[in-house]
Amino acid sequence: MRRSLALLLLSAALTPGVALGDTAALDVAAPFEIKSPDPVLSGDIFLKMDVMETLVNADANGGLLPGLSDVWTVSDNKLVWRFNIRQGVQFHDGSVLTADAAAMALNWSRTKEGILVRAPISGITAEAEEVVITLTEPFAALPAFLAEYRTGILAPAAYAADGSVTAVIGTGAFKVTRLEPPMTLEAGRFDAYWGGPAKIPAVRYTSVTRAETRALMAESGDAELVVNLDPASVTRLQAVEGLTVQAVSMPRVLLLKMNTGSPFFDTVAERQALSLAIDRAGLAQAVLRYPAAASQMFPPALGGWHDAALPPLVYDIEAAKAAFAASGWLPGVDGILEQDGQRFEVELLTYPDRPELPLTAAVLEQFFREVGIAVTINSTNSSEIPAKHAAGTLQLALLARNFGLVPDPVGTLMQDYAPTGDWGAMGWDNTEFTATVRKMAAEGGSDADKGALAATLHAEMPILPIAWYQQTAAISNTVKGIVIDPYERTFGLKSAEFAE
Amino acid sequence: MNTVLRALSFRLIQAGGVALVVGVMSFLMMQAMPGDMAYRIAAARYGYDLVSADLADAVRAELRLEAGPFAQFLRWMGDLAQLDMGRSLVSGQPVWQEIAHQLGASLQLAAAAMGLSMLIGPPLGIFAGLHPGGWFDRVLLVVAAGFRAVPQFLLGLVLIVVLAVQLRLLPAAGHGSLAHFVLPALTLALGLAAASARIARDAMAAVAASPHYAFARAKGLTEAQILRRHGLRNIAAPLVTYLGLQFVMLAEGVVVVETIFGWPGIGHALIHAVFHRDVPMVQGTALVMGLGFVLLNAVVDLIVRHIDPREVQA
Repeated sequence: MRRSLALLLLSAALTPGVALGDTAALDVAAPFEIKSPDPVLSGDIFLKMDVMETLVNADANGGLLPGLSDVWTVSDNKLVWRFNIRQGVQFHDGSVLTADAAAMALNWSRTKEGILVRAPISGITAEAEEVVITLTEPFAALPAFLAEYRTGILAPAAYAADGSVTAVIGTGAFKVTRLEPPMTLEAGRFDAYWGGPAKIPAVRYTSVTRAETRALMAESGDAELVVNLDPASVTRLQAVEGLTVQAVSMPRVLLLKMNTGSPFFDTVAERQALSLAIDRAGLAQAVLRYPAAASQMFPPALGGWHDAALPPLVYDIEAAKAAFAASGWLPGVDGILEQDGQRFEVELLTYPDRPELPLTAAVLEQFFREVGIAVTINSTNSSEIPAKHAAGTLQLALLARNFGLVPDPVGTLMQDYAPTGDWGAMGWDNTEFTATVRKMAAEGGSDADKGALAATLHAEMPILPIAWYQQTAAISNTVKGIVIDPYERTFGLKSAEFAE
Repeated sequence: MNTVLRALSFRLIQAGGVALVVGVMSFLMMQAMPGDMAYRIAAARYGYDLVSADLADAVRAELRLEAGPFAQFLRWMGDLAQLDMGRSLVSGQPVWQEIAHQLGASLQLAAAAMGLSMLIGPPLGIFAGLHPGGWFDRVLLVVAAGFRAVPQFLLGLVLIVVLAVQLRLLPAAGHGSLAHFVLPALTLALGLAAASARIARDAMAAVAASPHYAFARAKGLTEAQILRRHGLRNIAAPLVTYLGLQFVMLAEGVVVVETIFGWPGIGHALIHAVFHRDVPMVQGTALVMGLGFVLLNAVVDLIVRHIDPREVQA
């Protein structure tokens, strides 16, 4: 008797607490892990799952739209911004969104390593229905910063006394019903959503880090939306019935970072020669599997920044060899270039978080070998790039950089090229470029300013653009209205529906 | 009873030793890994788009990494002495809370795999052992060797492709419903069953060839009666002992299988914690796995004593 009771208890303890998966939920599978309920760490997921919202929104072209703030103004001296808070917005705990609540959320974000520490903010307060942000110097990019996920607004009840976040109590169309970092987020429809209730009763986010597994989940119908497909799976999934594979150009660029302070890359001629050695079209077709070779830094999706008149980057191996020879790099006995007894041997850093990076690095190694450069690939943790940048020991690095971190590329340019940055230029300092970027961050910029910046990057090549990314996703034909956003802010869940 | 107590106290001392060794070793190994810890933690927290020297410095200051590894080790051992495993350096959540959640998921999967393997392996092994040298015995040898040789990584993908993608019978990956158990548990169970079938087969063949088995037969008992009364208990002892060893295989397999199937378990967590240089998580996870292993072996000891009390009486 005792034994059977013990067995019963054991089996009860081991039976999973959740019943059979309900088919009414829309399943999303993506590689990004949920780290914590804090928007500063995992807000990108909460934003995309329509659980949390920001004061400012952005459209698919990076244009700013009203979000939880319906209208905003700036004072004549450009130092005081007023964001009027939308009326009639409720948090998931039933409390009302007020300027006080929004200011509190922003102030907590400011105490952490969020994006707001990068803006010249002196204070965030609430006055009546407005959040008032005062600056120490003009900063035109502020609304774009407030569209970034780390400034997501949660209810006051979501924060503990020390500012740590204990629950995701947002204002989005879906209310969190289960949050189990690092893998699972489940949310049900929030009927009091200010934009009108969603059509889908529930959504579920699953973090699946293996690209192969994600692709198989799309194929077997386990997930209605699978994002970030590996290139090989894209080709395969296109042939699967009941699935649509979508690819959208996005403001992310595959870049080759060079230490322009090293003797290998310290002249524009050397950097141009390296650029000539890269067969971008062949690489994009073979590795990325879509025609996305970069002809210049900014992809066409970045209106104003992309200049169709710039002469495209070309591949010419003989010209590359000639240019290196003209710079004093001549082949030694084993074919490796030499100059004053120094061999052209460099380390190429990259990271496997994005599956195409190590593959691309291997192809680049072959291209560079052709012109006589010996490359050692080091595929390691992504943080080695900023670490070696800071230590000054980085030589070459292959990376994927998002110019839409905030929906205004100036944010990324300021971090990376004005004058240098962990993920941008190294040892490159163009005072005019820096001044223009700073001016644009403070006052905003014209298309002429943007064009001038693009032209400078094109001429001086502090970094080599390799390819423009496309965001890929597999969408089940059982759902309608899913959006693949170039700025990675939304999946369109709040307006999506199941097809009849 | 006395011997049981002695065995338990031996296991208890062993557990203390394991805790100390695991704690020190995992700490030393984490220290020996290349790369700057502050940068790695910053990358884990904020992702590759945002990790920067500024964030690494902020992490360094927040976690007091400048104090050096020795001070960190003392802090951790001090906390542990008060039964506090600290907080994850990445998520900021208490380590114990994260492990409890993940360990539950892993134990469920491990139990399902173990149960499934017991349903598959020993019955086949017993049947083969009753007819040693027969065609079934020879086929089982080849099949078992095959399943034992195929890496779980490959087996898992093959099962997904066949059962989830082609036949659409089961979900490919994920966690939350009973259907999600089948594929990962089967992946683990097939490898385990292959081994336990061999053990059961050899034990059964030895018992069936023994004089007492022949005597039982001569007594006029039916084959089923002989198996029940004289066979099962005799093969249970080596089988259960072997199960204890299988937990090692299981712990190893869980790490791989959890990653393929997106299972939120302790193996998956350990891999990520190592990548992220989340020292308290690595130490906590390794500690729980080490102690769990000691506990399981203690349980196996007790069961074997119960099945085969001869040693105790002697």
